[in-house]
Amino acid sequence: MDVLDRLGQNLFNVDYILEVLPTMLGVGLVNTLYLSFIAALFSIAIGVLLAVMGMSRRRLFRWPARVYVDVFRGIPAILAIVIIGQGLFWLARDVFNTTSPYPLGILALTLITSAYLGEIFRSGIQSVEAGQLDAARALGFGYGRAMLLVVIPQGIRRVLPATVNQFIQLIKLSSLVFYLGLQANQREIFRIAQDFASGAGNQSSLIAAALCYLIITVPLTHVVNVIDRRLREGPKVRVPLDDTLSEGVKA
Amino acid sequence: MNPRAKAVSLRGRGIHLAYGETKVLRGVDFHVASGAAACVIGPSGSGKSTLLRALNRLTEPDAGQILLDGEDVTHADPNAYRRRVGMVFQHFNLFPHMTVEANITLALRRLKGLGKAEARQVAHEQLQHVGLEAKAGFRPANLSGGQQQRVAIARALAMAPEVMLFDEVTSALDPELVKGVLGLMADLSAEGMTMVVVTHEMGFARQVADQVTFMDAGLVVEEGSPEAVFEDAQSPRLRQFLSQVL
Repeated sequence: MDVLDRLGQNLFNVDYILEVLPTMLGVGLVNTLYLSFIAALFSIAIGVLLAVMGMSRRRLFRWPARVYVDVFRGIPAILAIVIIGQGLFWLARDVFNTTSPYPLGILALTLITSAYLGEIFRSGIQSVEAGQLDAARALGFGYGRAMLLVVIPQGIRRVLPATVNQFIQLIKLSSLVFYLGLQANQREIFRIAQDFASGAGNQSSLIAAALCYLIITVPLTHVVNVIDRRLREGPKVRVPLDDTLSEGVKA
Repeated sequence: MNPRAKAVSLRGRGIHLAYGETKVLRGVDFHVASGAAACVIGPSGSGKSTLLRALNRLTEPDAGQILLDGEDVTHADPNAYRRRVGMVFQHFNLFPHMTVEANITLALRRLKGLGKAEARQVAHEQLQHVGLEAKAGFRPANLSGGQQQRVAIARALAMAPEVMLFDEVTSALDPELVKGVLGLMADLSAEGMTMVVVTHEMGFARQVADQVTFMDAGLVVEEGSPEAVFEDAQSPRLRQFLSQVL
């Protein structure tokens, strides 16, 4: 057999790919999206909180946020997942009342992703001109409501592309949850591919897994580009040309 | 026009304010009578804009007293106090992620608790007043600078303030757009609004102001009617300033 044949047999065997796809889409894709989506929701909430704390003038708020971000950005994701997933096993048993690795897996994914999101949000919020806060407060809004209604929405809008990138990262990261041990119906894309590969003695299912991830991540990447362009060019609004001419009329 | 709150007097007494080590206001006494328009002039860095920020407590003064309609508001709830004092900024500071209409209705709905329809109606009345009702659905970025500033004025007026503060509101505008904004302010003054106007527009100060205050180095140096200040300046510092700007 020549090299191309062997490559085709081992990685691109269509029969194997077709065989694994139903489980991979029906179980794996669903679980991957579930893990990522729940972790994304928690990460957004904690990320905003971290961003606001990180900008606080009080050390009492700023420091915990700093340490949190440094720790969860600074250690390998797999390590965080194992530390949380295995080290806090009692938490799942006693608090969540389950042996499923999902709660702790989602917790670990959330801790990592929220640390990145916190920094992304903070950079966005801090890029909003001080005059926006002034204007909101001058109208009578307190600091908190001015931030919530005026400053934070603008800041997050500016970093939407980076945020979606982080979600892509999260979807890929969710594959590491396999390390905590998954039962058949808990398996996500990667685990299903791996199981199938060892059973069949053929790695084509891994290529199927790659395709599955690409189905999710590539469109997301394009969503980022569309958002980015829209943010730069603004929404489409027609502007009448006689505008500036009518300017002096009131005076 | 929606009914305005009655205009009242505004007074600052012995106001001190420092940014870190830099003393920006060093005991400023300032008063504008009910319904009067006061222009504050002076070189950059003299503390004019900081005085405005201190007067509506956007930056809390370190010492001194603020009286609105004779009532000591130095330690009143700052958010409630600021609702009574409208402010317009040099760079407009419209909320770019909202339509013109939403810029105006935000505070009406969230602070005054107006319903959607009611807030819209107030917004449209205010926009009509500044000649921009047709722009209600636009984003600020699609308006000219002059239009944006007029929206900012409408936004402040919608809260029915008792005093209006204007911080160099025409400084960032192209020359041909200045007239429209100043005209609007002149109209507002003629309607009896109490106004404090920090400005470099000496023509406006001369024609519209009831009182002109000259500040330098964090102090009020000279104060009086436009005629007294512009034609009969007493202090050498004011004479020097006028010789440079007139």
